[in-house]
Amino acid sequence: MTHFSAFSLLKNALSGHKGWREQWPDSQPKAEYDVVIVGAGGHGLGAAYYLAKEHGITRVAVIDKGWLGGGNTGRNTTIIRSNYLYDESARLYDHALDLWEDLSQELNYNVMYSKRGVMMLAHNVHDVQSFQRHIHSNRLNGVDNRWLTPEEAKAFCPPLDISPRRRYPVMGAALQKRAGTARHDAVAWGYARAAAARGVDIIQNCAVTAIRRGPDGAVTGVETTKGFIRARKVAVSAAGNTSVVLESAGLRMPLESFPLQALVSEPVKPIFPCVVMSNSVHAYISQSDKGELVIGSGTDQYVSYSQRGGLPLIEHTVAAICEVFPIFRRMRMLRKWGGIVDVTPDRSPILGKLPIPGLYVNCGWGTGGFKATPGAGHLLAWTVAKDEPHPINAPFTLERFTTGRLIDEAAAAAVAH
Amino acid sequence: MLLIRCPYCEEDLPEAEFAYAGEAHIARPADPMALSDEEWRDYLFIRSNPRGTHFERWRHIHGCGRFFNAVRDTVSDKFRMTYKAGLPRPDLSAAKEAAE
Repeated sequence: MTHFSAFSLLKNALSGHKGWREQWPDSQPKAEYDVVIVGAGGHGLGAAYYLAKEHGITRVAVIDKGWLGGGNTGRNTTIIRSNYLYDESARLYDHALDLWEDLSQELNYNVMYSKRGVMMLAHNVHDVQSFQRHIHSNRLNGVDNRWLTPEEAKAFCPPLDISPRRRYPVMGAALQKRAGTARHDAVAWGYARAAAARGVDIIQNCAVTAIRRGPDGAVTGVETTKGFIRARKVAVSAAGNTSVVLESAGLRMPLESFPLQALVSEPVKPIFPCVVMSNSVHAYISQSDKGELVIGSGTDQYVSYSQRGGLPLIEHTVAAICEVFPIFRRMRMLRKWGGIVDVTPDRSPILGKLPIPGLYVNCGWGTGGFKATPGAGHLLAWTVAKDEPHPINAPFTLERFTTGRLIDEAAAAAVAH
Repeated sequence: MLLIRCPYCEEDLPEAEFAYAGEAHIARPADPMALSDEEWRDYLFIRSNPRGTHFERWRHIHGCGRFFNAVRDTVSDKFRMTYKAGLPRPDLSAAKEAAE
Protein backbone atom coordinates (compact mmCIF):
# COMPACT_ATOMS: atom_id res chain seq x y z
CA MET A 1 0.00 0.00 0.00
CA THR A 2 1.38 3.40 -0.99
CA HIS A 3 1.73 5.66 2.03
CA PHE A 4 -0.01 8.98 1.40
CA SER A 5 1.89 12.05 2.58
CA ALA A 6 2.74 15.59 1.53
CA PHE A 7 5.92 14.12 0.04
CA SER A 8 4.06 11.51 -2.08
CA LEU A 9 1.67 14.24 -3.27
CA LEU A 10 4.58 16.46 -4.28
CA LYS A 11 6.39 13.60 -6.02
CA ASN A 12 3.31 12.69 -8.04
CA ALA A 13 2.57 16.34 -8.81
CA LEU A 14 6.02 16.64 -10.41
CA SER A 15 5.35 13.57 -12.58
CA GLY A 16 1.98 14.88 -13.77
CA HIS A 17 -0.05 12.68 -11.37
CA LYS A 18 0.54 9.67 -13.63
CA GLY A 19 2.14 7.58 -10.86
CA TRP A 20 -0.99 6.93 -8.74
CA ARG A 21 -1.99 3.30 -8.72
CA GLU A 22 -5.06 1.28 -7.83
CA GLN A 23 -5.47 1.36 -4.04
CA TRP A 24 -7.03 -2.09 -3.60
CA PRO A 25 -7.53 -5.05 -5.92
CA ASP A 26 -10.95 -6.05 -7.25
CA SER A 27 -10.92 -9.53 -5.66
CA GLN A 28 -12.63 -12.70 -6.82
CA PRO A 29 -14.08 -15.01 -4.16
CA LYS A 30 -12.00 -17.85 -2.69
CA ALA A 31 -13.65 -21.11 -1.65
CA GLU A 32 -13.45 -20.42 2.07
CA TYR A 33 -13.00 -17.58 4.57
CA ASP A 34 -13.00 -17.32 8.36
CA VAL A 35 -15.53 -14.48 8.21
CA VAL A 36 -17.81 -13.30 5.41
CA ILE A 37 -19.32 -9.82 5.76
CA VAL A 38 -22.40 -9.17 3.64
CA GLY A 39 -22.51 -5.53 2.51
CA ALA A 40 -19.51 -3.39 1.55
CA GLY A 41 -20.71 -0.11 2.98
CA GLY A 42 -18.76 1.88 5.55
CA HIS A 43 -20.00 -0.35 8.40
CA GLY A 44 -19.06 -3.64 6.70
CA LEU A 45 -15.69 -2.42 5.45
CA GLY A 46 -14.99 -0.90 8.86
CA ALA A 47 -15.75 -4.23 10.51
CA ALA A 48 -13.34 -6.00 8.12
CA TYR A 49 -10.63 -3.46 8.89
CA TYR A 50 -10.97 -3.80 12.68
CA LEU A 51 -11.20 -7.62 12.42
CA ALA A 52 -7.84 -7.60 10.66
CA LYS A 53 -6.19 -4.90 12.74
CA GLU A 54 -7.45 -5.53 16.28
CA HIS A 55 -8.30 -9.22 16.24
CA GLY A 56 -5.77 -10.59 13.75
CA ILE A 57 -8.47 -12.21 11.60
CA THR A 58 -7.46 -11.53 8.01
CA ARG A 59 -9.16 -14.35 6.10
CA VAL A 60 -12.15 -12.06 5.63
CA ALA A 61 -14.30 -11.31 2.58
CA VAL A 62 -16.60 -8.31 2.25
CA ILE A 63 -19.23 -9.08 -0.39
CA ASP A 64 -21.54 -6.56 -2.05
CA LYS A 65 -24.16 -6.95 -4.74
CA GLY A 66 -23.18 -3.56 -6.18
CA TRP A 67 -20.05 -1.48 -5.84
CA LEU A 68 -18.52 -0.62 -2.47
CA GLY A 69 -19.99 2.41 -0.75
CA GLY A 70 -22.78 2.57 -3.35
CA GLY A 71 -25.66 2.12 -0.93
CA ASN A 72 -26.48 4.34 2.00
CA THR A 73 -22.79 5.13 2.60
CA GLY A 74 -22.80 7.15 -0.62
CA ARG A 75 -26.34 8.48 -0.26
CA ASN A 76 -26.49 10.13 3.15
CA THR A 77 -26.06 13.78 4.14
CA THR A 78 -22.73 13.04 5.95
CA ILE A 79 -23.78 14.43 9.32
CA ILE A 80 -21.96 13.19 12.41
CA ARG A 81 -23.21 13.82 15.95
CA SER A 82 -23.78 11.94 19.21
CA ASN A 83 -26.30 14.00 21.22
CA TYR A 84 -28.69 11.12 21.85
CA LEU A 85 -30.94 11.04 24.89
CA TYR A 86 -30.56 7.60 26.47
CA ASP A 87 -27.43 6.27 28.17
CA GLU A 88 -27.10 3.30 25.81
CA SER A 89 -27.36 5.45 22.68
CA ALA A 90 -25.11 8.20 24.02
CA ARG A 91 -22.38 5.63 24.71
CA LEU A 92 -22.81 4.01 21.30
CA TYR A 93 -22.71 7.18 19.22
CA ASP A 94 -20.05 8.86 21.34
CA HIS A 95 -17.85 5.79 20.88
CA ALA A 96 -18.15 6.37 17.13
CA LEU A 97 -17.36 10.07 17.58
CA ASP A 98 -14.18 9.17 19.49
CA LEU A 99 -13.09 7.02 16.55
CA TRP A 100 -13.94 9.75 14.01
CA GLU A 101 -11.49 12.09 15.76
CA ASP A 102 -8.34 10.45 14.39
CA LEU A 103 -9.77 8.27 11.62
CA SER A 104 -7.84 10.06 8.86
CA GLN A 105 -4.52 9.37 10.63
CA GLU A 106 -5.55 5.83 11.51
CA LEU A 107 -6.37 4.98 7.88
CA ASN A 108 -3.75 7.26 6.28
CA TYR A 109 -6.67 8.49 4.18
CA ASN A 110 -8.29 11.90 4.45
CA VAL A 111 -11.93 11.38 5.40
CA MET A 112 -12.31 15.15 5.72
CA TYR A 113 -13.92 14.98 9.16
CA SER A 114 -14.86 18.56 9.93
CA LYS A 115 -15.96 19.48 13.45
CA ARG A 116 -18.07 22.38 12.23
CA GLY A 117 -20.80 21.88 14.84
CA VAL A 118 -24.39 20.67 14.63
CA MET A 119 -27.00 23.15 15.80
CA MET A 120 -30.60 22.12 16.46
CA LEU A 121 -33.12 24.95 16.38
CA ALA A 122 -35.89 25.29 18.95
CA HIS A 123 -39.01 26.98 17.54
CA ASN A 124 -41.47 26.63 20.41
CA VAL A 125 -41.67 26.04 24.14
CA HIS A 126 -41.83 22.28 23.73
CA ASP A 127 -38.62 22.30 21.63
CA VAL A 128 -36.86 24.44 24.26
CA GLN A 129 -37.81 22.07 27.09
CA SER A 130 -37.05 18.94 25.12
CA PHE A 131 -33.62 20.18 23.95
CA GLN A 132 -32.69 21.32 27.43
CA ARG A 133 -33.58 17.88 28.73
CA HIS A 134 -31.33 16.43 26.04
CA ILE A 135 -28.50 18.78 26.95
CA HIS A 136 -28.69 17.85 30.65
CA SER A 137 -28.85 14.16 29.81
CA ASN A 138 -25.90 14.49 27.41
CA ARG A 139 -23.79 16.35 29.94
CA LEU A 140 -24.42 13.69 32.57
CA ASN A 141 -23.13 11.18 30.03
CA GLY A 142 -20.08 13.29 29.21
CA VAL A 143 -21.41 14.09 25.74
CA ASP A 144 -20.70 17.58 24.41
CA ASN A 145 -23.90 19.65 23.95
CA ARG A 146 -24.86 23.14 25.07
CA TRP A 147 -27.65 25.66 24.94
CA LEU A 148 -27.43 28.84 22.82
CA THR A 149 -29.62 31.93 23.01
CA PRO A 150 -31.04 33.15 19.65
CA GLU A 151 -28.27 35.80 19.51
CA GLU A 152 -25.56 33.19 20.15
CA ALA A 153 -27.12 30.94 17.50
CA LYS A 154 -27.04 33.80 15.00
CA ALA A 155 -23.40 34.51 15.84
CA PHE A 156 -22.55 30.84 15.25
CA CYS A 157 -24.55 30.65 12.00
CA PRO A 158 -24.90 34.10 10.37
CA PRO A 159 -27.41 33.11 7.63
CA LEU A 160 -29.95 32.38 10.37
CA ASP A 161 -32.89 34.79 10.65
CA ILE A 162 -33.78 35.22 14.34
CA SER A 163 -36.46 37.87 13.91
CA PRO A 164 -39.28 37.05 16.39
CA ARG A 165 -41.89 37.81 13.72
CA ARG A 166 -41.00 34.77 11.64
CA ARG A 167 -43.49 31.95 11.29
CA TYR A 168 -41.04 29.61 13.07
CA PRO A 169 -39.13 31.94 15.39
CA VAL A 170 -35.77 30.76 16.74
CA MET A 171 -36.14 30.56 20.53
CA GLY A 172 -32.71 29.07 21.06
CA ALA A 173 -30.63 26.17 19.90
CA ALA A 174 -28.72 23.13 21.12
CA LEU A 175 -25.16 23.04 19.82
CA GLN A 176 -22.85 20.06 19.72
CA LYS A 177 -19.56 21.63 18.69
CA ARG A 178 -17.73 18.35 18.37
CA ALA A 179 -20.22 17.19 15.75
CA GLY A 180 -19.91 17.92 12.05
CA THR A 181 -19.50 16.24 8.69
CA ALA A 182 -17.10 13.94 6.82
CA ARG A 183 -16.62 12.93 3.21
CA HIS A 184 -18.81 9.81 2.97
CA ASP A 185 -17.12 8.19 -0.05
CA ALA A 186 -13.69 8.69 1.49
CA VAL A 187 -14.79 6.76 4.58
CA ALA A 188 -15.69 3.70 2.48
CA TRP A 189 -12.56 4.04 0.34
CA GLY A 190 -10.28 4.60 3.33
CA TYR A 191 -11.57 1.50 5.14
CA ALA A 192 -11.48 -0.55 1.91
CA ARG A 193 -7.88 0.44 1.22
CA ALA A 194 -6.71 -0.17 4.79
CA ALA A 195 -8.58 -3.50 5.04
CA ALA A 196 -7.30 -4.74 1.67
CA ALA A 197 -3.76 -3.86 2.73
CA ARG A 198 -4.19 -6.28 5.65
CA GLY A 199 -5.38 -9.10 3.41
CA VAL A 200 -9.15 -8.63 3.30
CA ASP A 201 -10.85 -9.51 -0.01
CA ILE A 202 -13.41 -6.99 -1.23
CA ILE A 203 -15.75 -8.70 -3.70
CA GLN A 204 -18.04 -6.39 -5.64
CA ASN A 205 -20.96 -7.08 -8.00
CA CYS A 206 -21.61 -10.36 -6.22
CA ALA A 207 -25.05 -10.68 -4.64
CA VAL A 208 -25.54 -12.97 -1.64
CA THR A 209 -28.62 -15.00 -2.53
CA ALA A 210 -28.88 -17.17 0.58
CA ILE A 211 -27.24 -17.99 3.89
CA ARG A 212 -26.63 -21.73 4.24
CA ARG A 213 -26.86 -23.68 7.51
CA GLY A 214 -25.61 -27.13 8.39
CA PRO A 215 -27.54 -29.99 10.03
CA ASP A 216 -26.66 -28.62 13.51
CA GLY A 217 -28.26 -25.27 12.55
CA ALA A 218 -24.98 -23.37 12.47
CA VAL A 219 -23.92 -21.23 9.54
CA THR A 220 -21.83 -22.99 6.88
CA GLY A 221 -21.48 -20.22 4.31
CA VAL A 222 -23.23 -18.05 1.77
CA GLU A 223 -24.66 -18.76 -1.65
CA THR A 224 -23.72 -15.98 -4.07
CA THR A 225 -24.07 -15.15 -7.76
CA LYS A 226 -20.39 -16.15 -8.03
CA GLY A 227 -20.91 -19.51 -6.32
CA PHE A 228 -20.90 -20.91 -2.78
CA ILE A 229 -18.45 -19.43 -0.27
CA ARG A 230 -17.72 -21.43 2.89
CA ALA A 231 -17.50 -19.54 6.17
CA ARG A 232 -18.24 -20.45 9.78
CA LYS A 233 -19.01 -16.84 10.66
CA VAL A 234 -21.23 -14.56 8.60
CA ALA A 235 -21.96 -10.96 9.54
CA VAL A 236 -24.83 -9.24 7.76
CA SER A 237 -24.50 -5.47 7.43
CA ALA A 238 -26.79 -4.89 4.47
CA ALA A 239 -28.93 -1.91 5.62
CA GLY A 240 -32.25 -1.86 3.74
CA ASN A 241 -31.79 -5.39 2.38
CA THR A 242 -30.99 -7.01 5.75
CA SER A 243 -34.40 -8.60 6.24
CA VAL A 244 -34.29 -10.07 2.71
CA VAL A 245 -30.84 -11.62 3.33
CA LEU A 246 -31.74 -12.95 6.78
CA GLU A 247 -35.02 -14.44 5.61
CA SER A 248 -32.94 -16.98 3.66
CA ALA A 249 -31.53 -18.17 7.00
CA GLY A 250 -35.04 -18.57 8.35
CA LEU A 251 -35.07 -15.40 10.46
CA ARG A 252 -37.86 -12.83 10.36
CA MET A 253 -36.70 -9.41 11.54
CA PRO A 254 -38.39 -6.45 13.24
CA LEU A 255 -37.40 -4.22 10.33
CA GLU A 256 -39.14 -2.16 7.70
CA SER A 257 -37.31 -0.58 4.75
CA PHE A 258 -38.20 2.93 3.65
CA PRO A 259 -36.71 5.30 1.07
CA LEU A 260 -34.92 8.26 2.66
CA GLN A 261 -34.29 11.15 0.32
CA ALA A 262 -31.75 13.94 0.11
CA LEU A 263 -30.98 16.67 -2.37
CA VAL A 264 -28.23 19.14 -3.23
CA SER A 265 -28.26 22.62 -4.70
CA GLU A 266 -25.98 24.08 -7.33
CA PRO A 267 -22.54 24.84 -5.80
CA VAL A 268 -22.06 28.32 -4.35
CA LYS A 269 -19.28 30.11 -2.46
CA PRO A 270 -18.95 29.31 1.27
CA ILE A 271 -22.02 30.71 3.00
CA PHE A 272 -23.06 28.09 5.55
CA PRO A 273 -20.52 27.40 8.30
CA CYS A 274 -22.15 24.56 10.24
CA VAL A 275 -24.93 21.96 10.18
CA VAL A 276 -28.38 23.20 11.16
CA MET A 277 -31.27 20.89 11.97
CA SER A 278 -34.79 22.04 12.60
CA ASN A 279 -36.75 19.09 13.84
CA SER A 280 -40.18 20.69 14.17
CA VAL A 281 -40.09 22.17 10.67
CA HIS A 282 -38.22 19.12 9.43
CA ALA A 283 -35.30 20.64 7.61
CA TYR A 284 -31.61 19.98 7.89
CA ILE A 285 -28.90 21.59 5.91
CA SER A 286 -25.14 21.97 5.57
CA GLN A 287 -22.73 22.98 2.84
CA SER A 288 -20.31 20.53 1.27
CA ASP A 289 -16.69 21.47 0.62
CA LYS A 290 -17.62 21.51 -3.08
CA GLY A 291 -20.10 24.30 -2.29
CA GLU A 292 -23.43 22.51 -2.69
CA LEU A 293 -26.06 22.93 -0.01
CA VAL A 294 -26.77 19.41 1.21
CA ILE A 295 -30.37 19.05 2.34
CA GLY A 296 -31.84 16.05 4.08
CA SER A 297 -35.45 15.07 3.66
CA GLY A 298 -37.50 12.48 5.51
CA THR A 299 -38.52 8.91 4.82
CA ASP A 300 -41.42 8.11 2.54
CA GLN A 301 -44.35 6.72 4.46
CA TYR A 302 -44.50 3.37 2.65
CA VAL A 303 -42.15 0.36 2.57
CA SER A 304 -40.10 0.44 -0.62
CA TYR A 305 -36.83 -0.72 -2.16
CA SER A 306 -36.98 1.77 -5.05
CA GLN A 307 -33.95 3.94 -4.00
CA ARG A 308 -35.94 6.86 -5.43
CA GLY A 309 -38.74 8.09 -3.22
CA GLY A 310 -41.64 10.38 -3.98
CA LEU A 311 -41.60 14.05 -4.97
CA PRO A 312 -44.14 15.31 -2.36
CA LEU A 313 -41.48 14.85 0.34
CA ILE A 314 -38.93 16.91 -1.58
CA GLU A 315 -41.48 19.67 -2.03
CA HIS A 316 -42.19 19.62 1.70
CA THR A 317 -38.48 19.68 2.58
CA VAL A 318 -37.64 22.56 0.26
CA ALA A 319 -40.62 24.52 1.60
CA ALA A 320 -39.26 24.03 5.13
CA ILE A 321 -35.77 25.20 4.11
CA CYS A 322 -37.19 28.30 2.42
CA GLU A 323 -39.21 29.08 5.54
CA VAL A 324 -36.28 28.80 7.94
CA PHE A 325 -33.67 30.28 5.55
CA PRO A 326 -35.43 32.78 3.25
CA ILE A 327 -31.94 33.64 1.94
CA PHE A 328 -32.00 30.36 -0.04
CA ARG A 329 -35.37 30.92 -1.72
CA ARG A 330 -33.86 31.46 -5.15
CA MET A 331 -31.26 28.68 -4.99
CA ARG A 332 -31.66 26.05 -7.68
CA MET A 333 -31.57 22.39 -6.72
CA LEU A 334 -29.34 20.14 -8.81
CA ARG A 335 -30.37 16.61 -7.99
CA LYS A 336 -32.16 14.38 -5.52
CA TRP A 337 -31.84 10.71 -4.70
CA GLY A 338 -32.98 8.08 -2.24
CA GLY A 339 -31.42 5.35 -0.14
CA ILE A 340 -33.23 2.43 1.49
CA VAL A 341 -33.04 2.60 5.27
CA ASP A 342 -33.98 -0.24 7.60
CA VAL A 343 -36.00 1.02 10.52
CA THR A 344 -36.61 -0.80 13.82
CA PRO A 345 -39.72 -0.26 15.95
CA ASP A 346 -37.70 1.66 18.60
CA ARG A 347 -35.46 3.47 16.06
CA SER A 348 -32.30 2.04 17.65
CA PRO A 349 -29.98 -0.34 15.80
CA ILE A 350 -29.62 -4.08 16.25
CA LEU A 351 -25.92 -4.94 16.62
CA GLY A 352 -24.94 -8.34 17.91
CA LYS A 353 -25.38 -12.08 17.77
CA LEU A 354 -28.40 -13.75 16.24
CA PRO A 355 -30.08 -16.93 17.53
CA ILE A 356 -28.29 -18.89 14.76
CA PRO A 357 -24.70 -19.94 15.70
CA GLY A 358 -22.14 -18.12 13.55
CA LEU A 359 -24.55 -15.44 12.37
CA TYR A 360 -24.14 -11.78 13.38
CA VAL A 361 -26.02 -8.67 12.38
CA ASN A 362 -25.51 -4.93 12.21
CA CYS A 363 -28.75 -3.35 11.05
CA GLY A 364 -31.64 -1.10 11.93
CA TRP A 365 -29.62 2.11 11.85
CA GLY A 366 -32.60 3.68 10.14
CA THR A 367 -32.03 7.23 9.03
CA GLY A 368 -28.84 7.78 11.04
CA GLY A 369 -26.21 5.16 10.30
CA PHE A 370 -23.44 7.21 8.73
CA LYS A 371 -22.45 8.97 11.94
CA ALA A 372 -21.91 5.60 13.58
CA THR A 373 -19.73 4.12 10.82
CA PRO A 374 -16.43 3.66 12.73
CA GLY A 375 -18.22 2.65 15.93
CA ALA A 376 -20.48 0.12 14.22
CA GLY A 377 -17.52 -1.40 12.35
CA HIS A 378 -15.43 -1.54 15.52
CA LEU A 379 -18.16 -3.14 17.64
CA LEU A 380 -19.27 -5.59 14.94
CA ALA A 381 -15.65 -6.76 14.56
CA TRP A 382 -15.41 -7.27 18.34
CA THR A 383 -18.70 -9.18 18.45
CA VAL A 384 -17.70 -11.46 15.55
CA ALA A 385 -14.15 -12.09 16.81
CA LYS A 386 -15.08 -12.84 20.44
CA ASP A 387 -18.52 -14.34 19.74
CA GLU A 388 -19.97 -12.00 22.37
CA PRO A 389 -21.02 -8.35 22.29
CA HIS A 390 -18.82 -5.50 23.48
CA PRO A 391 -20.34 -3.82 26.60
CA ILE A 392 -21.29 -0.82 24.41
CA ASN A 393 -23.42 -2.81 21.98
CA ALA A 394 -24.65 -5.37 24.53
CA PRO A 395 -28.04 -3.59 24.99
CA PHE A 396 -28.68 -3.47 21.22
CA THR A 397 -29.82 -7.07 20.88
CA LEU A 398 -32.55 -8.62 18.78
CA GLU A 399 -33.93 -10.13 22.01
CA ARG A 400 -35.01 -6.72 23.28
CA PHE A 401 -38.12 -7.00 21.10
CA THR A 402 -39.10 -10.12 23.07
CA THR A 403 -38.15 -8.91 26.55
CA GLY A 404 -39.58 -5.44 25.96
CA ARG A 405 -36.34 -3.71 26.97
CA LEU A 406 -36.49 -1.24 24.06
CA ILE A 407 -34.18 1.74 23.58
CA ASP A 408 -36.92 4.06 22.49
CA GLU A 409 -35.05 6.96 20.90
CA ALA A 410 -37.92 7.60 18.50
CA ALA A 411 -40.50 8.90 20.90
CA ALA A 412 -38.07 10.54 23.27
CA ALA A 413 -35.88 12.29 20.76
CA ALA A 414 -38.55 13.14 18.18
CA VAL A 415 -35.77 13.98 15.78
CA ALA A 416 -34.61 13.25 12.34
CA HIS A 417 -31.55 11.10 12.91
CA MET B 1 -46.31 10.92 -6.81
CA LEU B 2 -48.18 7.65 -6.50
CA LEU B 3 -51.70 7.40 -7.88
CA ILE B 4 -53.82 5.29 -5.55
CA ARG B 5 -57.27 3.89 -6.25
CA CYS B 6 -59.61 4.22 -3.30
CA PRO B 7 -61.94 1.19 -3.48
CA TYR B 8 -64.70 3.14 -1.73
CA CYS B 9 -64.53 6.36 -3.79
CA GLU B 10 -63.67 4.31 -6.91
CA GLU B 11 -61.24 6.94 -8.17
CA ASP B 12 -57.48 7.16 -8.82
CA LEU B 13 -56.24 9.92 -6.54
CA PRO B 14 -52.82 11.40 -5.63
CA GLU B 15 -50.75 9.95 -2.80
CA ALA B 16 -51.07 13.21 -0.84
CA GLU B 17 -54.70 12.31 -0.04
CA PHE B 18 -53.67 9.06 1.65
CA ALA B 19 -51.84 7.90 4.74
CA TYR B 20 -49.92 4.64 4.78
CA ALA B 21 -50.94 2.38 7.65
CA GLY B 22 -48.46 -0.51 7.67
CA GLU B 23 -48.62 -4.15 6.68
CA ALA B 24 -52.08 -5.63 6.09
CA HIS B 25 -53.67 -8.85 7.39
CA ILE B 26 -52.00 -8.76 10.82
CA ALA B 27 -54.83 -9.98 13.00
CA ARG B 28 -55.09 -8.77 16.57
CA PRO B 29 -54.74 -11.78 18.89
CA ALA B 30 -58.12 -13.22 19.79
CA ASP B 31 -56.99 -14.12 23.31
CA PRO B 32 -54.26 -11.62 24.34
CA MET B 33 -53.78 -13.16 27.79
CA ALA B 34 -52.74 -16.48 26.25
CA LEU B 35 -49.88 -15.05 24.20
CA SER B 36 -46.24 -15.82 24.97
CA ASP B 37 -43.54 -13.13 24.76
CA GLU B 38 -42.46 -14.52 21.39
CA GLU B 39 -46.00 -14.30 20.02
CA TRP B 40 -46.34 -10.72 21.25
CA ARG B 41 -43.03 -9.89 19.55
CA ASP B 42 -44.27 -11.38 16.27
CA TYR B 43 -47.57 -9.53 16.48
CA LEU B 44 -46.14 -6.15 17.51
CA PHE B 45 -42.76 -5.92 15.81
CA ILE B 46 -42.00 -8.55 13.17
CA ARG B 47 -42.89 -7.48 9.64
CA SER B 48 -42.51 -9.30 6.35
CA ASN B 49 -40.78 -6.33 4.63
CA PRO B 50 -40.55 -8.13 1.27
CA ARG B 51 -38.62 -7.06 -1.78
CA GLY B 52 -41.54 -7.50 -4.18
CA THR B 53 -45.26 -7.98 -3.58
CA HIS B 54 -46.47 -6.33 -0.38
CA PHE B 55 -49.93 -6.39 1.20
CA GLU B 56 -50.48 -3.12 3.01
CA ARG B 57 -53.10 -0.84 4.53
CA TRP B 58 -53.80 2.71 3.44
CA ARG B 59 -56.26 5.28 4.70
CA HIS B 60 -58.00 7.81 2.47
CA ILE B 61 -57.39 10.43 5.11
CA HIS B 62 -58.23 13.53 3.03
CA GLY B 63 -61.19 11.87 1.35
CA CYS B 64 -63.69 9.35 2.65
CA GLY B 65 -61.47 8.66 5.68
CA ARG B 66 -61.75 4.89 5.35
CA PHE B 67 -59.06 2.23 5.65
CA PHE B 68 -58.52 -0.18 2.75
CA ASN B 69 -55.91 -2.69 1.63
CA ALA B 70 -53.55 -2.58 -1.33
CA VAL B 71 -51.12 -4.87 -3.13
CA ARG B 72 -48.00 -3.03 -4.27
CA ASP B 73 -44.63 -4.03 -5.66
CA THR B 74 -41.99 -2.55 -3.33
CA VAL B 75 -39.31 -2.38 -6.05
CA SER B 76 -41.31 -0.54 -8.74
CA ASP B 77 -43.82 1.02 -6.27
CA LYS B 78 -46.53 -0.01 -8.74
CA PHE B 79 -49.95 -0.84 -7.28
CA ARG B 80 -51.35 -4.14 -8.48
CA MET B 81 -54.76 -3.68 -6.87
CA THR B 82 -56.64 -2.17 -3.95
CA TYR B 83 -59.54 -3.77 -2.12
CA LYS B 84 -61.90 -3.01 0.74
CA ALA B 85 -60.91 -3.61 4.36
CA GLY B 86 -62.18 -6.89 5.75
CA LEU B 87 -61.88 -8.81 2.48
CA PRO B 88 -59.53 -11.79 2.56
CA ARG B 89 -56.03 -11.62 1.08
CA PRO B 90 -56.61 -11.84 -2.69
CA ASP B 91 -55.31 -14.73 -4.72
CA LEU B 92 -52.90 -12.92 -7.01
CA SER B 93 -52.52 -15.72 -9.58
CA ALA B 94 -56.29 -15.63 -10.12
CA ALA B 95 -56.23 -11.83 -10.36
CA LYS B 96 -53.48 -12.05 -12.97
CA GLU B 97 -55.44 -14.48 -15.12
CA ALA B 98 -58.54 -12.30 -14.91
CA ALA B 99 -56.48 -9.30 -16.10
CA GLU B 100 -55.26 -11.28 -19.08
